[in-house]
Amino acid sequence: MTREKETTLYLGPQHPGITGNMMIKLKVRGDIVVSAETHLGYLHRAFEKLIERRNWLQSFTILCRFCVPEPDPIELSYALAVEKLEGRVVPERAKYIRTIVSELARIQSFLLWYGGQSGSGGLYTLGQWSVGDRNYILDLFEDLTGARIYHMFMWPGGVRRDLPEGWMDKAYKTMDYLEKRLDDYNKLLFDNAIFQKRSQGVGIIPKDKALEWGVVGPPLRGTGIKHDVRIDEPYAAYDKIDFEVPTYEGGDVWARSLVRRDEIVQSISIIRQALDNLPGGSYYNRIPNPMKWTVPAGNAWAKTESVRGEIGFYLVSDGSNKPRRAHLRGAAYAHGISVLEKVLPGENIADVSFILNSLGVCPPEIER
Amino acid sequence: MSILNLKGILTPLAALKQMGKEPHTINFPDEQKNISKIYRGFHHNDLDLCIGCGNCETICMNDAIDMIGLAEIAGSPGDSGLRPRIDYGRCCYCALCVDVCPSGSLNMTSEFMKVTPDPYDFLMTPGKDNPEAVDKLSFKADMETTLNLFDRVPMRELDPEERVKSFAEVFLGYNEEEARIEASRCISCGLCTESCPVHMHIPEYINAIANADDEAAIKIIYDNNDLPEMCGKVCTRRCEDVCALQVRGEAVAIRWLKGYATSRAENAEMIAEIVKPEVREPNQYKVGIIGAGPAGLTAGYYLALKGYDITVYEAQNDPGGMIMYGIPKYRLPYDSIQKQVDYMKNMGVKIHYNTRVGKDISFNEIYDNSDAVFMGIGLQDAWSLGIQDEDAEGVWSAVDFLGKANAGEILDIGKRVVVVGGGDVSIDCSRVSKRFGADVFQSYRRRVQEMPADPEEIEGAEQEHIHLMTQTIPTRVIKDENGHVKGMEYLNAEMISEGAGRPRPVAIEGSETIIECDSIIAAIGQKANYDLLPKEIVDNLEMVKDKIKVNEDRLTSIPKLFAGGDAVKFGNSDAISAIADGFAATKAIDKMLMGK
Repeated sequence: MTREKETTLYLGPQHPGITGNMMIKLKVRGDIVVSAETHLGYLHRAFEKLIERRNWLQSFTILCRFCVPEPDPIELSYALAVEKLEGRVVPERAKYIRTIVSELARIQSFLLWYGGQSGSGGLYTLGQWSVGDRNYILDLFEDLTGARIYHMFMWPGGVRRDLPEGWMDKAYKTMDYLEKRLDDYNKLLFDNAIFQKRSQGVGIIPKDKALEWGVVGPPLRGTGIKHDVRIDEPYAAYDKIDFEVPTYEGGDVWARSLVRRDEIVQSISIIRQALDNLPGGSYYNRIPNPMKWTVPAGNAWAKTESVRGEIGFYLVSDGSNKPRRAHLRGAAYAHGISVLEKVLPGENIADVSFILNSLGVCPPEIER
Repeated sequence: MSILNLKGILTPLAALKQMGKEPHTINFPDEQKNISKIYRGFHHNDLDLCIGCGNCETICMNDAIDMIGLAEIAGSPGDSGLRPRIDYGRCCYCALCVDVCPSGSLNMTSEFMKVTPDPYDFLMTPGKDNPEAVDKLSFKADMETTLNLFDRVPMRELDPEERVKSFAEVFLGYNEEEARIEASRCISCGLCTESCPVHMHIPEYINAIANADDEAAIKIIYDNNDLPEMCGKVCTRRCEDVCALQVRGEAVAIRWLKGYATSRAENAEMIAEIVKPEVREPNQYKVGIIGAGPAGLTAGYYLALKGYDITVYEAQNDPGGMIMYGIPKYRLPYDSIQKQVDYMKNMGVKIHYNTRVGKDISFNEIYDNSDAVFMGIGLQDAWSLGIQDEDAEGVWSAVDFLGKANAGEILDIGKRVVVVGGGDVSIDCSRVSKRFGADVFQSYRRRVQEMPADPEEIEGAEQEHIHLMTQTIPTRVIKDENGHVKGMEYLNAEMISEGAGRPRPVAIEGSETIIECDSIIAAIGQKANYDLLPKEIVDNLEMVKDKIKVNEDRLTSIPKLFAGGDAVKFGNSDAISAIADGFAATKAIDKMLMGK
């Protein structure tokens, strides 16, 4: 190996194995990665700066664009931060609906991940299935919010619309269907010798380094460390719901995948509990006229758990009708840059996309 | 791969059992997707319901919405005549425009597909370009989900039982907290500005109040209204009639907010300190003003600021004209007018009271010694009822009655009073009579909904137990042997609709009824009295009916003679129109004399 010449290889930005608009500059010797460097700047839209130009409600429409596959935790973090600044009380019903929407978002995002993870391993059937099944959740979103992807649903004070008639039944049925499908997924992915072989011992995040590197979410829980914002600092209605946070030892792609597999089961359970116990009353504590809505001066940090891990908004208000400063910190920032660059050396080129998919990297969340 | 992992090789073959199953995709276009009932697709706008306020354009941060004029939509008071056009290359389908639409005309539909090679086809005017989409409305903002705040902060007022005992002000005014909340409802569309005769900067001062900057609000208000505290109490508020929020809810309380802001300046000195108007160097020109009513005072104030030597001639003992003598004190207290006039005097307006032009000083003397004359003489004489025995003792004209009452006289009107009329003045007469302890009956030819009086005033009258006798036409006054009123005979009327006009009251024959009363107050309108003018002026003064004809500059047919207020034919007969006249004349006089 040492006799081979070091070559530079650019993976992305146009590459099916990249989870968005970014590029990994790889130095390779043969087919082994010597070093990796994440390159960004392909979709910088200055969202944080744009938010400063918009009033407290107008920002709501760009929040979902921070991370297209799972916009809801970002909407929720922003709403929670504004509510914290204002001291605005959110009705119980809204909290439960927020929980349901967040968990639906998690499931559909996991299903998308199934496609990416198996696809980058050369297993294409499962991706077709999971993305197909994901549409049943998007149907629920469409009925609830009016859109399939950009929900723009959770805003300060609660949620935008109440559950429509018949929606709960549809949600229960969808959960039953998905639960049945999980067994099929297992057979195709976790029981699959190819997947086992390719994921076990690959892309290892050492347990003793995980916290130091800023790893969160399923990658952290895949090293055996139990950390989840929903449990540690509950928001929405998570404090009233009984659920497990699965952890696995090993820190490799395999462990991270198992965590995600088990989390779908937990999410289904959370949704059922929230639907069962959904309180009545209002779904929205009305904000003032958005054109003249001012938020008391101060600063607030609010975070939620996305499928990639902890994600939060830091907002500064000077008491006017626009945020003075808005900052988003998501898991992808650490996972996509520092963690990826540390994990890749020594791995096979063919595993780069595979590892990238297992970390949960959403480039727009890095380039705010 | 180890042979031991046979399970890992065989299990995935379970996928094969899916073969032959129905796909869960649809076969487009043979099959159509089920679309959500609140899908956020292309917009639809009810062009007739839309008022062109532009709130959709304001909230849209993608610049996807432009307000454009359409050939088929003509503007009117309360409708800018503009309609939203949406650039679907920029729209992000967030539907905030729907949520903030005050009229509820803009909604989204379940339409979401458009295939065209021409990019300009994606500039669509909802409602005009897709009228058929009205059947596919999906995402809507109803009264529950709208982001507009349709409920007004209630105005605190004196209890009806309490207020009829004195002339204390009925409306107590907003306190600071109430004003901030009420001001924050405004969407700053500016439809109100258009309909205000003076075009006050309404959204700007409401915004200042919402931002807790009352001084800025006062400064903005005084920019084109010198009697704002009066307007803040008794204005006919046509601004509120066209407020975007009144389409589905209650208009922003523009009048009360102005009242709140101006009440923050407690005296004339404070007004001067806050307003700090720009005052031009004095010039050599003199302007004479006849009548210290709202029109005359306005012309006087703004001309004084421009450096003119202003003298106002007022026949009465106090300034204000009709707002002093015509509006009861429970609506507009004496001190409030004095405060505003004191401020104007401090700014250089000289007022000569008890100086009746034509008697104490001749019109020609003023005219000859001034470079311009502004005449705001108001309507002094009452229209008579034109019925038998109207000259009986105890029959009052509204002008006379209110004038005396406002001057502080205690009037003996007896126990039962009939007031004839349906305008604001008639309601004033009724409520003042009530405060003199009488049982009041108000006779009006039409129905309540046709009364020209402010609905708030009608409501106030009803709360004070004033008996409204609608659809009644007085036919004769009944006198006792001493020539004093003892009753009134009237006919009941039915409403007949003919053509497009409002229904006409027609007397029902044989329905004569007599109501016993001690006084009758005729409040059916006033007319001007031109006795102050010399004959050669009257002869040359062009009139429209019995009012003075003026052009846009409020210039009459006589050189350098301007006129305004109720006596001219321009706009409505109310205080704010008088202020508008004074303001317009100021600009014209300044242009005439200084060339700017």
